[in-house]
Amino acid sequence: MASIEASYSDKVVRQFAVMTVVWGVVGMLVGVIIAAQLYWPALGFNLPWLSYGRLRPLHTNAVIFAFGGSALFATSLYTVQRTCHARLISDKLAAFVFWGWQLVIVAAAVSLPLGYTQGKEYAELEWPIDVLITIVWVAYGVLFFGTIAKRKVKHIYVANWFYGAYIITIALLHIVNNLSIPGGWFKSYSVYSGSVDAMVQWWYGHNAVGFFLTTAFLGMMYYFVPKQAGRPIYSYRLSIVHFWALIAIYMWAGPHHLQYTALPDWAQSLGMVFSLVLLAPSWGGAINGILTLSGVWHKLRTDPILKFLIVSLSFYMMSTFEGPMMSIKTVNSLSHYTDWTIGHVHSGAIGWVAMISIGSIYAMLPRLLGLQKMYSTKLIDLHFWMHTIGLVVYIASMWIAGVTQGLMWRATDPENGTLVYSFVESLNATKPYYLFRLGGGLIVLSGMLVMAWNVLRTFRQAAATTAPQPVLSPAAADARA
Amino acid sequence: MTPAWTWYVVAVTVLNLLGCVWLLRSNTKRRPDDPRPDETGHVWDGDLTEYNKPLPRWWINLFYITLVFSVGYLVWYGVGSLKGWGHWSSGSEWATETAAENARLDDTLKLYAGQSIDELAKDPRAVAIGRAVFINRCAACHGSSGQGATGYPDLSDDIWHWGGTPARILDTIANGRHAVMPAWADTLKAQGGDTAVDDTIAYVLSLSRPGQPKEAAVRGEKLFAGTCSACHGPQGKGNQALGAPDLTDRYWLYGSSTASLHKTLEAGRQGVMPAWKEQLGDTRTRLVGAYVWTLSPHKEPPPAGAVVAE
Repeated sequence: MASIEASYSDKVVRQFAVMTVVWGVVGMLVGVIIAAQLYWPALGFNLPWLSYGRLRPLHTNAVIFAFGGSALFATSLYTVQRTCHARLISDKLAAFVFWGWQLVIVAAAVSLPLGYTQGKEYAELEWPIDVLITIVWVAYGVLFFGTIAKRKVKHIYVANWFYGAYIITIALLHIVNNLSIPGGWFKSYSVYSGSVDAMVQWWYGHNAVGFFLTTAFLGMMYYFVPKQAGRPIYSYRLSIVHFWALIAIYMWAGPHHLQYTALPDWAQSLGMVFSLVLLAPSWGGAINGILTLSGVWHKLRTDPILKFLIVSLSFYMMSTFEGPMMSIKTVNSLSHYTDWTIGHVHSGAIGWVAMISIGSIYAMLPRLLGLQKMYSTKLIDLHFWMHTIGLVVYIASMWIAGVTQGLMWRATDPENGTLVYSFVESLNATKPYYLFRLGGGLIVLSGMLVMAWNVLRTFRQAAATTAPQPVLSPAAADARA
Repeated sequence: MTPAWTWYVVAVTVLNLLGCVWLLRSNTKRRPDDPRPDETGHVWDGDLTEYNKPLPRWWINLFYITLVFSVGYLVWYGVGSLKGWGHWSSGSEWATETAAENARLDDTLKLYAGQSIDELAKDPRAVAIGRAVFINRCAACHGSSGQGATGYPDLSDDIWHWGGTPARILDTIANGRHAVMPAWADTLKAQGGDTAVDDTIAYVLSLSRPGQPKEAAVRGEKLFAGTCSACHGPQGKGNQALGAPDLTDRYWLYGSSTASLHKTLEAGRQGVMPAWKEQLGDTRTRLVGAYVWTLSPHKEPPPAGAVVAE
């Protein structure tokens, strides 16, 4: 067994890395389809399972949990082995996590178009799938923390703190929000009701953003940014401060999704102020990543992978400034229910989450396959520009559309105090921007296809040569007895 | 909310905010045994290391500013059952804004109080207000230009099921209408056998479209006279007092397909126009009526033989 223990368990990492690209293409394709439906409603073809209301949750689940999730499984299981200098505790458990998660995704892809839903945003999947998610997640936790426990170094690397917080918190959020009474195999009723249900849902919803889409991807950042830049992390103590501040404060921010609703005023106020306090902890992570580049900024000229990583941090900073701003009640009264929110979400999702994932996969894959670099660096650069341009077109059109909607809905005639526009008029005014948004989405999707080609060719180059990689011995001073 | 819960929330909030202050203070001071800023202690995975540089000053200050703002905000706006210093609530904010808007609106509306809708229709400013009300309240059913939809009358023609005089239109908007077409199929079949429904449809269609099957239309005419004429009139010209449509024109509220007419006779129809007086108030009801008045050409009088409501 010594020979197996002396190498990293990378099969599961390769599997999840490939599925990241596959689900990325699929999830973004569904996004492009529903963006087209918003411009040409006839594209639903009067088929219930192609209707916008069913495909939209399929898009969100596919890009968040299938694409983002696979990227997180791949990078966390890669990182935890490298930074603990230890092999995963069990290959069988790793295989279970991979196939279990794929089963969850397929179950979602079948059940959502068929119309089975709990009606909770980002928690649509019905209870049997929720149970499966819970089992797979616990297995993932055992795999991850078990590997941390048998690490060969004294100190737990900062990336693992972030991955660890995400694994624990997602388990908590998933279970609490999905507590429900089944009414048959395909239907369940939440144990909460009324505004309590809404509060639990957005406590879950916002922390899914906070811990799935932020904390976990910061873990990715803390491994791949210093690795790719070849520089030490800017500040160890900054990472401590922003880690604890981030996880302590994110938990409170959910009520900002329910401003000016039946939720008690004071709960809305708490949600708003904690969202504002969240600004500094969020930026702490971003500046720690960006300042890590001090002294090697010139590498951005030649390394498109580093461009992906650093631009993702810029979008992270922008989104985490925009978010607290939108949580302010006055701003929220304009932005809520408009496409501004959609723009905000996508600057976080396509800008931060997708770019850090794509950059990390490009950085990890050659190392994983024993190659010097990806098949084509030029194609990575092409992908970078397609992704960035598509993203900017997307969010700019949604900003304009959103602010237009917000202003038109509230416009009153100064002379007589009546509402100036009807809802349909605001829809007409925003329609052209839906076409721009579709264009932006198409460019981003095309970039993903470029990536898929590049990944395929890289695998072809490596197919014959991939051998298990030996576990690196830690430096004597850091080794654990 | 009980005081115990309020204080629990206050305590957890304060602890969390103070925790952030403690976190910042304890990590901005450098202790003697701390690594130097540019020292990289541990190594992971061959080359991963960390500096220990100080937190950026502007970032620390930003953090403190948000913490101070939070405390101030919560004191002003309140937590749990503790009212804030500003005595704010979303309910009171709504009441204040609504009172201000209503006062402004009252100023505008008093110019038009009590006038008939055809008089108001001559004033472009009154019509503009009426249009604003229409597109936000009426357009959902009647369409953004009042052209109507299946089951919802077209307001841009001269056909008025409940009467087209200014007073009648105003009454329709203010108090609503409930049109009832009963399901007559069983009654008709009892009188005229299995073909009774088709026969009645043939006759009704023949009133506006020549070329229906003759024998069926003849049979249908008898059935019509016995059952339908009570509301739609002996010649099918309608009755505005009941909202019974004229069946001799080319306008069909629920469509003129045989399938649709079958449904009308077999299941009946329930046309509901809500009463708007409570929501809009008298003057705005008149103003929206004025806008509706401008949509119609007012050229064709109701057909001869119809019961006309004034």
